[in-house]
Amino acid sequence: MNSVGEACTDMKREYDQCFNRWFAEKFLKGDGSGDPCTDLFKRYQQCVQKAIKEKEIPIEGLEFMGHGKEKSENSS
Amino acid sequence: MVKYFLGQSVLRSSWDQVFAAFWQRYPNPYSKHVLTEDIVHREVTPDQKLLSRRLLTKTNRMPRWAERLFPANVAHSVYILEDSIVDPQNQTMTTFTWNINHARLMVVEERCVYCVNSDNSGWTEIHREAWVSSSLFGVSRAVQEFGLARFKSNVTKTMKGFEYILAKLQGEAPSKTLVETAKEAKEKAKETALAATEKAKDLANKAATKQQQQQQFV
Repeated sequence: MNSVGEACTDMKREYDQCFNRWFAEKFLKGDGSGDPCTDLFKRYQQCVQKAIKEKEIPIEGLEFMGHGKEKSENSS
Repeated sequence: MVKYFLGQSVLRSSWDQVFAAFWQRYPNPYSKHVLTEDIVHREVTPDQKLLSRRLLTKTNRMPRWAERLFPANVAHSVYILEDSIVDPQNQTMTTFTWNINHARLMVVEERCVYCVNSDNSGWTEIHREAWVSSSLFGVSRAVQEFGLARFKSNVTKTMKGFEYILAKLQGEAPSKTLVETAKEAKEKAKETALAATEKAKDLANKAATKQQQQQQFV
């Protein structure tokens, strides 16, 4: 699957692979500590957050799980 | 006015398989409309829950009549956020998904709860609720309100116009009689004068005749 930032797709796939392994083998079995993917995640996030800003995707200020969410004035 | 959807689905796989598959479901043969997928936030809470926010880009497929009505929306893909909480201790997952653009046209919100199937612990059930809303409903209500307000204002003008013209028509009647009376009086005066003149003439004639008769007897 592609990332919204074309340059981030490889970083995304690398991170996803790491996460999926940790999620199934550790997290779901009750071991939520020691996330081995933090570095990969950091690199991936730097790239994708930049792409999001460039494309002006309005993800800012939206409360988690949508409670009391704001509707962006710039929505087309 | 919101359209509400309620549904339930069952997956014949265990909850941990379903939760793992949740992160790997794109791409698949049925997701050609999903263009991009990104995790934009993720954290493990102190109580061992996984919070994630996923950003999806999807194609904006509309029927042709909608494309004609909303040409500005056609060019833009839809951005969707999917927030999720995975709780492995309780074997449940909750998701909330909604679109963050095209919102003035339509907002679709979906809330899902994934849990172990009540009949078969090897299966997973999904409780799904959705709300479809559009601010165009507000626009049509505003148009109606404006139409009614303008109509009421015109009714007031209609009644004032009626009262005006009625007063005008009823006001002209008395002033018309005065003119007639003046005319009639003028006519009457003329007749009287004429009659008086005739009488005077007659009297004069009579007097003249009497004088002639008197002269004859001498």
